[in-house]
Amino acid sequence: MNRRVVITGMGAVSPVGIGVDNFWNALLNGACGVGPITRFDPKDVKASLAAEVKDFDPTRYQDHKEALHTDRCAQFALAAALEAVEESQVLGTVEPERAAVYFGTGIGGFETTESNCRKLVERGARRVSPFFVPMMIANMPAGLLAIRFGFCGQAIPAVTACASGSHAIGEAVRAIRHGYADVIIAGGAEAPITEVGVAGFCSMKALSFATDVNLASLPFDNRRAGFVIGEGAGALVLEEYDRAKARGAKIYAELVGYGTSCDAYHMTAPKPDGTGAASAVRQALNEAQYTADDRVYINAHGTGTRLNDLAETLAIKSVLGDKAYDVAISSTKASTGHMLGAAGAVELIACVCALRDKVAPPTINLLEPDPECDLNYTPVCKREAEFDLAISNSFGFGGHNACVAVRLCE
Amino acid sequence: MDYFQLVTQGLAKHLGIDASEITLDTELMTLGVDSLDAAELLMSLEDAIGVEVETKKKIATTRDLVNAIEEAIQANQQ
Repeated sequence: MNRRVVITGMGAVSPVGIGVDNFWNALLNGACGVGPITRFDPKDVKASLAAEVKDFDPTRYQDHKEALHTDRCAQFALAAALEAVEESQVLGTVEPERAAVYFGTGIGGFETTESNCRKLVERGARRVSPFFVPMMIANMPAGLLAIRFGFCGQAIPAVTACASGSHAIGEAVRAIRHGYADVIIAGGAEAPITEVGVAGFCSMKALSFATDVNLASLPFDNRRAGFVIGEGAGALVLEEYDRAKARGAKIYAELVGYGTSCDAYHMTAPKPDGTGAASAVRQALNEAQYTADDRVYINAHGTGTRLNDLAETLAIKSVLGDKAYDVAISSTKASTGHMLGAAGAVELIACVCALRDKVAPPTINLLEPDPECDLNYTPVCKREAEFDLAISNSFGFGGHNACVAVRLCE
Repeated sequence: MDYFQLVTQGLAKHLGIDASEITLDTELMTLGVDSLDAAELLMSLEDAIGVEVETKKKIATTRDLVNAIEEAIQANQQ
């Protein structure tokens, strides 16, 4: 069985805006979601900036009691999924057993973990919340979405660090393609801006310690010095093509390719020659029946760490050859920071919008390109151009690589 | 200390409802309180009274919660 899979709804919660339209317009306008850390007092950590979601009120999406017992990570997941499901108008059209949830997070309820560890140390074991475990576990965003929408098919989390969102979507594509479900809510969420989280990434020397918001998240720029931690969620309603067509659903794009691999090399460093990443990109392009005539947009993983940017650039060159210099690439992490497990989902939404609106969003603040990163990363300003195919790259600690490809639906 | 008031205020805060909606005979289940909620609520009540509340009895109504607190305090004083 090899069924076609299309996107019929999208939702986003991001540091540059809540809601897909707000998110996308902010990207095109060159907005920067980076600002001073407010989620905790950052005086004891070296990083002072993060890309936080602003003005997020969970009680817009849940009642008071449920919101109290839902970690910020799952709150983001729910907000994004509600937008996507509302857009899709899919509820009531699908048998519950044929509706599934594939939703990723790199970490899960990080704030819940930290606050309960503090309670354990400061006030003793009896003060650890009965909601600690359910709020913290990384599968709870998937579980809560299944509960909210009454989707009784498989509910599966992907936990592959910064590739979680892309893996969730890619695996969901395969599930529909091969007949295991007809409708899937897929995506990723993350809320990692906690003191222990930021301290840990600082100790790894993964984060930028910049204090100027426009000099912090600098993918492919020679001045880069690590990524800026972000947060949020992206959700997509994926649907088997014939049923979506039959019910007259609005079809945003078709998911035409998915590639995945593991570097099998190092816990955190990408394989320097980019061959692991290249394998995932090549698989996705092959599945998408890419030809040299395709005009391609690539939403890069583009974290703004030197190791990533070099390996990813090599990967793109090794797959596309000379054509690598013709494709439009951007890292929207320059605007959103690194949303970890949410990144792949939100960036795939950017890919769909780029196809639809015939424009590549910019890599803002890219003023001093790294000479070893010599492709077209759409610096500073958006670039209008028609694309046939868009791909979203995601690479995670553990060596997990994923690439998802979309085309407008013919 | 008025333990009924303490319990209703705790419940109201937990559930985001008005304390006046809760009586001694209110079934906690009808307020949407499950076993995890009850455990969390007891924890905050223990903080307020400074005594550990260990009860094997089923907590079904507001009255059961008030009784559990009173028994714990009495046991603590003995």
